[in-house]
Amino acid sequence: MASVFEYAPAPESRSVVDIAPSYGLFIDGEFVEAADGKVFKTVSPATEEVLSEVARAGAEDVDRAVKAARKAFEKWSALPGSERAKYLFRIARIIQERSRELAVLETLDNGKPIKETRDADLPLVAAHFFYYAGWADKLDHAGYGANPRPLGVAGQVIPWNFPLLMLAWKIAPALATGNTVVLKPAETTPLSALFFADICRQAGLPRGVVNILPGYGDAGAALVEHPDVNKVAFTGSTAVGKSIARSVAGTDKKLTLELGGKGANIVFDDAPIDQAVEGIVTGIFFNQGQVCCAGSRLLVQESIQDELLDSLKRRLSTLRLGDPLDKNTDIGAINSAEQLSRITTLVEKGEAEGAERWSPACELPSAGYWFAPTLFTNVTQAHTIARDEIFGPVLSVLTFRTPDEAVAKANNSQYGLSAGIWTEKGSRILAVANKLRAGVVWANTFNKFDPTSPFGGYKESGFGREGGRHGLEAYLDV
Amino acid sequence: MPTTASAASAFADVTTSESALRRFLHGLPGVDAVGLEARAASLGTRSIKTTAKAYAIDLAISMIDLTTLEGADTPGKVRALAAKAVHPDPTDRTTPTTAAVCVYPDMVATAKAALAGSGVKVASVATAFPAGRAALPVKLADTRDAIAAGADEIDMVIDRGAFLAGRYLEVFEQISAVKAECGDRARLKVIFETGELSTYDNIRRASWLGMMAGADFIKTSTGKVAVNATPANTLLMLEAVRDFRAQTGVQIGVKPAGGIRNTKDAVKFLVLVNETVGEDWLDNHWFRFGASSLLNDLLMQRQKLATGRYSGPDYVTVD
Amino acid sequence: MSDQNRLSVFKTYKLYVGGKFPRSESGRVYEVQDHKGKWLANAPLSSRKDARDAVVAARKAFGGWSGATAYNRGQILYRVAEMLEGRKSQFVREVAHAEGLSKAKAAEVVEAAVDRWVWYAGWTDKIGQVVGGANPVAGPFFNLSTPEPTGVVTVVAPQESSFLGLVSVIAPVIATGNTAVVIASEKAPLPALSLGEVLATSDLPGGVVNILSGKAAEMGPHLAAHQDVNAIDLTGADADLARELEIAAADNLKRVLRRRTEDFTGSPGTDRMTAFLETKTVWHPTGSLGASGSAY
Repeated sequence: MASVFEYAPAPESRSVVDIAPSYGLFIDGEFVEAADGKVFKTVSPATEEVLSEVARAGAEDVDRAVKAARKAFEKWSALPGSERAKYLFRIARIIQERSRELAVLETLDNGKPIKETRDADLPLVAAHFFYYAGWADKLDHAGYGANPRPLGVAGQVIPWNFPLLMLAWKIAPALATGNTVVLKPAETTPLSALFFADICRQAGLPRGVVNILPGYGDAGAALVEHPDVNKVAFTGSTAVGKSIARSVAGTDKKLTLELGGKGANIVFDDAPIDQAVEGIVTGIFFNQGQVCCAGSRLLVQESIQDELLDSLKRRLSTLRLGDPLDKNTDIGAINSAEQLSRITTLVEKGEAEGAERWSPACELPSAGYWFAPTLFTNVTQAHTIARDEIFGPVLSVLTFRTPDEAVAKANNSQYGLSAGIWTEKGSRILAVANKLRAGVVWANTFNKFDPTSPFGGYKESGFGREGGRHGLEAYLDV
Repeated sequence: MPTTASAASAFADVTTSESALRRFLHGLPGVDAVGLEARAASLGTRSIKTTAKAYAIDLAISMIDLTTLEGADTPGKVRALAAKAVHPDPTDRTTPTTAAVCVYPDMVATAKAALAGSGVKVASVATAFPAGRAALPVKLADTRDAIAAGADEIDMVIDRGAFLAGRYLEVFEQISAVKAECGDRARLKVIFETGELSTYDNIRRASWLGMMAGADFIKTSTGKVAVNATPANTLLMLEAVRDFRAQTGVQIGVKPAGGIRNTKDAVKFLVLVNETVGEDWLDNHWFRFGASSLLNDLLMQRQKLATGRYSGPDYVTVD
Repeated sequence: MSDQNRLSVFKTYKLYVGGKFPRSESGRVYEVQDHKGKWLANAPLSSRKDARDAVVAARKAFGGWSGATAYNRGQILYRVAEMLEGRKSQFVREVAHAEGLSKAKAAEVVEAAVDRWVWYAGWTDKIGQVVGGANPVAGPFFNLSTPEPTGVVTVVAPQESSFLGLVSVIAPVIATGNTAVVIASEKAPLPALSLGEVLATSDLPGGVVNILSGKAAEMGPHLAAHQDVNAIDLTGADADLARELEIAAADNLKRVLRRRTEDFTGSPGTDRMTAFLETKTVWHPTGSLGASGSAY
């Protein structure tokens, strides 16, 4: 970074968001305390500052919320689709109006850069509601037969990496199809879901249609195991996904899972190199690599390895890590101490197993949870860091010699969520994309999302698709 | 530091024949248009504040090739422009001078006299600017004439027709010939007219062709066509000079020209420079803006920073 | 020579695995009776090792079968219908014995099964258009979703509908490019084992369909837990077994088609195909034609 042209700090104003000192659970249209009175604190991962104290849902609260959702279901599902659509359009519009506030809130609670919440998360959230709003009165034409019916009460458990976006992915299709919802946000990022509850209030959404239960894994387990839940949707780790799959076995609950990944980003020798470098950076450092579809394995053709790594390292040296509220920040904070320790452990394992670690010169703030952008070379398929999902800003670099080898290595994973292909040769893109066992393949781009586009994995990355016409199926009795 | 001549010799083998040159240029990495434009746009969101902005404004002023290239140019117009180049803001003598004044060859002598002793360079377009549709001897005579009249810098245009027809060697030889004409007397800027080359792949090829042929600067446009400098095509050319230096050790300048009208745009270009090639290029020896109306906007922003009030067009000079 | 005096030739029923007709590696057989309890034949009592071998065969066949053109798969499925039509009388007899149907009723069942192959033969090159397509994303990208086979599918075939039900669960799995390991109806496996002979003469590559006879409760848990199986169809499992298998299937997150009561004489719909399809979405920049000029 040129010293003569330092960017001055350009923090987004915090004053656009007013965080209350405490929040309740949102059940049946009211904010209420937990039955057992338990609360937990949510902190800003960039500073460790306590942002608010939030009611912690337990099994009794789950039952209350499911009952409220069940009660609301009858009327909600009987509404003409065109009326449900208008509620969702209202929600989409209110999100657009309040997007700066929500972006700042999300950045505070999650630690990701404002650049991302402002330019990616929030626009996608609003777009997702807008998209599914339009489906609500067109379900007859969605390819699932005439008059497809909703399932009932949907129990939804979402992760902390895209708190509001994952909420949108869950709630928008559920409501459009006529289901009611009990949603549990992650314990480290409850705030945007609680603000969403307020948006439901502003939109005049009937009480009980959306219920928000901040809490921990015990609340999530109680929700997915609740006998009166008809639909379970989970985004999170593969381990938890498997336990949910076991718990719903033998029931009629419809299940969709969006789980981990170890995406291969394949760079061929005829790639558009400068754009490939950008795509690699976006692939693994977007949201500090805490992305299930991250391109965490770089598969580079051996003949251009040196050239590509030089370019990549030069580019990494320009990444700006720091205050997530600063508009110039590229890399924000890791979401929690727990996640930071997981990343650290895996990185130490990478070193212990003989991979070569590199990071650009990068000063980490003294408070908060931070991890410098990290690149491992000399990685083989046998290394833990080439197989396990790290969920952090850590890229493992492997090489290949031929397209066949690239495909074989890319597919050699328990996961199958995402992959990238970089080459200027059209037929190679199509041939490789065809052979990759991954639900999303980005060719000459990476980490692109759109509400019209189905997203979800093969193999242990889960099943079912979110987004697009395909995303309706998860919430319809078909 | 290695020179453009040594760079030319480094590529001697690829410029021996049309086919070798074509193979080389078509072997350069391709450009994905969407990715390139997305990167340029994302750098455009960098936020520059206060002290850095003051620095950026002065830097941008010092990088301007203040330009008049009209059929209606007169000695009076050129003298007025030269005066503005030397003292862009008559009310504030701390304002830096522009880098150069850019005129047609027949106005070089006038500009030279008006700028004497100021340190502001005289740049002249040449080689049958802007179309470049003339025989090589005419182009060389045009160049010679400008240099003889005192031009410090020559802004030549390439033969886009030859380039688009695939006659790369012909373009290469023309640039080499003009470069030879410039010798040590003038720095050579090579204008590609990127809007006419149409594809980013072509812009990358033209950049390498120009650099191998001895360009001191590569320049986007004449300002005479619909699409001139854009963040994306300038980013692409910055990547080219970066890669060229990495390969040869020779540093080449970049000049976006046309269409950069306000401070916000200019700062975005400086951010592109900063993050793509770094501070080595943040100097008017290596980066220029070909512009005219940009200067007044920079001056108004400069006044705003100094006084805290928004300025207006009556507080800068109209030339 | 008159028929009354001729001693008929019994058929030795064998498994169909990897395009071959092995006996169970365990050497075990079990007695298959008709609905009145009369001995029909001995069927192989497959072991977990037979199941394992079947998975290996199915995996080996997957690349070629899923990579074949949809048109080619359609041709082969239609060929199955042709072969079956030609051997109708044999299947009518076996189905009549197995399910206790009159000859006329059994003929209806077999004809429906033939027609089912024809139905799915026609789907191979249409399902992609019906459930896939271009997505109008908000940006300069071409974005296409296509259905792809999930891989190796274990099928617990219906217990009662020993032939029409069997065909109705196998055909949709392979029409879309999956390969199958089928556990035939335990008490009525003979039509399934004979189907293997039809498949073997229908240009269907070996390993695309593998048919095992024996106990679902014995082989099922191993197949449900097998890490190289991608999906399981529980149609023929009883409630307890289905739950057990669904739990085991979670180990590698198999796609699970739960057990359900189904009238196989009805119109099949598409959901037996989509249950074993993945959706793959491929993005590519289109290049923009915006104001930036140089745009490709």
